[in-house]
Amino acid sequence: MNAPFPPRAKKRLKIATATLGGCFGCHMSLLDMDERFLERAKLVDFDRSPLTDIKHCGPCDIGLIEGAVCNAENVHVLREFRAHCRTLVAVGACAINGGLPAQRNPLDLGGLMRKVYCDRVDETAQIPDDPELPLMLDKVYPIHEIVRIDYLIPGCPPSADALWKFLTDLIEGRTPRLDYAHFRFD
Amino acid sequence: MASIDSSLEPILARYGRAPSALLQILRDAQEAFDWISPEVRSAVAHALDIPATQIDCLTQFYAHLYDEPCGRYRVLFSDNITDRMADAPALMARMLDQFGLEPGEVSSDGLLSIATTSCTGMCDQGPALLVNNRAVTRLTPERIDALCALIRARTPLDAWPSEFFEVNDNIRRADMLLGAACASGEAIRAALARGRDGMFAEMKKSNLRGRGGAGFTTAVKWEACRDAPGEARYVICNADEGEPGTFKDRVLLQSYAGRVFEGMAIAGYVTGAKKGFLYLRGEYSYLRAPLEAKLAEMRRENLLGDAICGDPGFSFDIEIHMGAGAYICGEETALIESLEGKAGKPRIRPPFPATHGYLGQPTVVNNVETLCKATEIAIQGGVFYAGQGTQQSTGTKILSVSGDCERPGLYEYPFGVSIAQVLEDCGAENAFAVQIGGAAGCCLAPHEFDRRIAFEDVPTAGAFMVFGQGRDMFETALNFANFFEHESCGFCTPCRVGTAVIARMMNKIDAGHGARYELNELNRLDVLLRTSSHCGLGQNATMALRDMMQKFAPAFERRLSLKDFEPGFDLDAALAEARALTGRDDAAAHLGADS
Repeated sequence: MNAPFPPRAKKRLKIATATLGGCFGCHMSLLDMDERFLERAKLVDFDRSPLTDIKHCGPCDIGLIEGAVCNAENVHVLREFRAHCRTLVAVGACAINGGLPAQRNPLDLGGLMRKVYCDRVDETAQIPDDPELPLMLDKVYPIHEIVRIDYLIPGCPPSADALWKFLTDLIEGRTPRLDYAHFRFD
Repeated sequence: MASIDSSLEPILARYGRAPSALLQILRDAQEAFDWISPEVRSAVAHALDIPATQIDCLTQFYAHLYDEPCGRYRVLFSDNITDRMADAPALMARMLDQFGLEPGEVSSDGLLSIATTSCTGMCDQGPALLVNNRAVTRLTPERIDALCALIRARTPLDAWPSEFFEVNDNIRRADMLLGAACASGEAIRAALARGRDGMFAEMKKSNLRGRGGAGFTTAVKWEACRDAPGEARYVICNADEGEPGTFKDRVLLQSYAGRVFEGMAIAGYVTGAKKGFLYLRGEYSYLRAPLEAKLAEMRRENLLGDAICGDPGFSFDIEIHMGAGAYICGEETALIESLEGKAGKPRIRPPFPATHGYLGQPTVVNNVETLCKATEIAIQGGVFYAGQGTQQSTGTKILSVSGDCERPGLYEYPFGVSIAQVLEDCGAENAFAVQIGGAAGCCLAPHEFDRRIAFEDVPTAGAFMVFGQGRDMFETALNFANFFEHESCGFCTPCRVGTAVIARMMNKIDAGHGARYELNELNRLDVLLRTSSHCGLGQNATMALRDMMQKFAPAFERRLSLKDFEPGFDLDAALAEARALTGRDDAAAHLGADS
């Protein structure tokens, strides 16, 4: 009699990561997993990520997004991730709430741009208008206001332990769960 | 400054310059000055020797205290769903139109502002509004026009037609309480005849449970207060009837005030309290003068004061405290905080007020109706009382019926009455849904109309809002979501943030941008608020939403976007300012819809 479930080759998971309007601190935390990261890398492949320098995302199992949505390019990257990642995770305070970049939200964008680019002794002082540059959004948005998000990992940045625990849970098929110690910082 | 001091002085003197009377002082000061200006703020802070921030704490907490000018006439439309169903939004739009104002905007001449407020307890004779804390009922387009003319002519409120302020009792079905004539002092004398222990024994036998919603056994509460160590004991009557759709306490205080006060005196007699407070919601300010007159009358009759009815060991008196627009103050510990002159934020329980209440002393907090019930028990005895109603819910219950029915008003039934019976009696046989217990209650669909009003089945503090055929239950859920966001006290995160996120998602769905994702999130938030909020407000804020999402799902589903998810705002419009700043209009300067 045949086994009811013929053995299948274990699928290697594919992970993509990106930073939108953020400081790369969450990615630093990812690297902060140290040798555990290498261990993890045996089980997964990395697609688009600052770590691989792959420019566009293909079909992936897990997408990790750091940073808030500040400009048009952030929107495009986020949409690309949502379109290609089965599971999309908001990583860190900026992705979840807007974080530090959102401090500009009470300010008027025009006033802000003029202050930065025009209020100076400079003959060519003007707000940059090169089509290469992405336009700023009126406000900074958390990523869940632009696309559907499946999970979030709190922290600024989340600790390496928190990321490790969360990713291990995801990879092994458990609903990710962070214990209090993982996001307690005092 | 001189004029401020001269107007402020009598107010400060009235309350003995006690910081614990800060809320009362600010209410009166606002009446005198129309708002709590920086000058009034510092004068009060100076006079009471308290930090000015303590005043800010109150002006920012209570909806009906203003730290910026809101006009000489402050018009607030009651925004309960029953007011909305009776066309309140159109009436408000009509009034705004006449003055060319936006909601909340103050007219340039400082004459008036028009905004909304939570349910004002006039659901049986709505739509209603408050103007400078006075209730105007039965609004019609004609009444709105007349109101506008009076305001334009700067007519003082006292000179407005008295029928504008008329509040009817609308008692439709009277039973034990509403139907029984009771001579002044009869209940107190009956209690005195039974003696302290005898009266308490009757309370125990009656198995009376609190009528404010939670249904705690009254005798147990009184016993805990009586037996707790303390320097003084207090009886508080909770008349902060803020639950949307409830108005029975308004009627009891308007036409049965003697019963309420006698009930308080009996509670004082049994527990040994010498002082009572009636915490009256600000929306019922019009009741204050007649209530004060009733208290004076009772003092003259020796039913309050020292040696009541000649018993040298029984002294009790009652003071009225006014609220200022905060639903949360119906929660007993928030109410006590408010009574002490602070922002009404619920305390951590235990300890319960029965042992550590007002000023840390043993305190009984009872609903208006509960205290009336104590007078019935004094007169008729606990056994008789326990014979009415059901086994676990003895006696009768007053329901405040409003919404789509022919005869809105008060209906008093023995506990155990079926929803269908109430609907038949009020003229709403074809009801589509009934919301029981107010915004924090449950929503029943027709297949449940054989259920019964009792703690064993459908518990309620009395609100009974009827929705007729053709009503859209999403509108109700949205109204409740906005209500809870506004009324959350902000003390605990699950409720403060949770009610705000829920309101935002409901408004997103209303705008046509919601998806199944939002419905899933709402279900998740329901569990979160229910299990982790600090007090009953957060714990019950999603009860109606949960019921409506389950029983009236199509009302939600028909509003959903065809997409899996979409932003709640126009992304391309969010780039418009940057396009204008850079003068760009190339393809990359635009964001299309997500494909």
